[in-house]
Amino acid sequence: MKRILRIRPFPLFLLSVAAPSLLWASTLWINKVPAREHERVNPIVDSAEAKAAGQLLYDDHCAKCHGDDAAGRGKRPSLLTDRVQNDATAGDLHWLLVNGSLRKGMPSWSRLPDQQLWQIVSYVKSLKR
Amino acid sequence: MSTLTSGRRNRWAFLFITVFAVFPFFQAAQLVAQERPYFMTYTHDMEEPGNLEIAFKGVTGKPQLANRFTAAALELEYGVNGWWTSEFYLDGQSTQHDSTIFTGYKIENRFRPPMREHWINPVLYVEFENISADKTLREIMGHDGKDDFIDPNGESRIEKKREIELKLILSSNFKGWNVAENIIAEKNLTNEPWEFGYALAASRPLKFSASAHQCAFCAEKFSAGAEMYGGLGDRYSFGTHLTSQYLGPTVNWTSPGGTTISFSPSFGLNDYSIPRLYRFGVSYEIPQILSAFRKGGAR
Repeated sequence: MKRILRIRPFPLFLLSVAAPSLLWASTLWINKVPAREHERVNPIVDSAEAKAAGQLLYDDHCAKCHGDDAAGRGKRPSLLTDRVQNDATAGDLHWLLVNGSLRKGMPSWSRLPDQQLWQIVSYVKSLKR
Repeated sequence: MSTLTSGRRNRWAFLFITVFAVFPFFQAAQLVAQERPYFMTYTHDMEEPGNLEIAFKGVTGKPQLANRFTAAALELEYGVNGWWTSEFYLDGQSTQHDSTIFTGYKIENRFRPPMREHWINPVLYVEFENISADKTLREIMGHDGKDDFIDPNGESRIEKKREIELKLILSSNFKGWNVAENIIAEKNLTNEPWEFGYALAASRPLKFSASAHQCAFCAEKFSAGAEMYGGLGDRYSFGTHLTSQYLGPTVNWTSPGGTTISFSPSFGLNDYSIPRLYRFGVSYEIPQILSAFRKGGAR
């Protein structure tokens, strides 16, 4: 009655590929945004003045890491990617600015008033090509 | 004697001129930090990872029955990562009709356990200080009061204080306002009891939205608020009696170049306090300091 341990290579292979992928997906900041924040609408989205103010704020606070052209610097990510420009809503970006992604080096910008955060979001979204 | 006094004045003048002259040269690596106007109270704002903030903070006051003093701390604050900020202080003081002395150093670390923003954001603070005759008054602890300023520097610097300080920092942002509370516990590493203190503060920028054009004196470049701080006795006599308490307004201005200048008059609230303290500070943040030493330099 000796039981023989049978190793099934295919499920093991599937698990070894799926587990890191799931883990990677779960650590993406965009997957952590609560639904209520995701649906928030930028109250100043169409204002040209807000975009101009947002650009000045971006230059002051964000450009050192994300680059003057928002294309990223070194390991710091570009803000011109599909994830930021298309997948992320204005509410997602606002949530990211408030909370940061502290483990990955993105600081929280909750020290800035909400109006300034929305101005930055307006500017970043206006970079869509 | 007058030559000596003038020599000490010159030393302080040299220090001030150096600090104010050197800061503008950092303009090449411009980064406009949005600082709170607090001198005593910490918030949950951590230093951005890789950034180094250099700050010079001073205080001057005239205790009753003691000579006027001016004390200053040079602070170097570095963002180790998003949830850990480390800071190093060098302290000194000058007392009128007495002497100008280096009073010691402090090393502190702040850790922010929650990785997200909440209604109340706790931060843990741990500090080691090795000081003597310190008058920077960065916190009021135990039964600290005006009588601590009576002894001349020559006597008071004999006592070396090696202390561990713990703070629980609670801080909230709500509709542009920041409200912060610090609960402080300190233990001299010799056989002395735990001492306690507190600091409370609230502030807001004068304008919430940013201007669409560059400006030096727009309302959003200013922040204003109030700070209250004092001792809470020690483990044998806890409370606000027999210790000093202060309250005062505080304001700062961030220049377009990124230098922040702060000022706060504090008023003593009881007989143990110094009647008035004037605090002043200037700070500048250098972004991504380590990248300056890598190939290609800072960008």
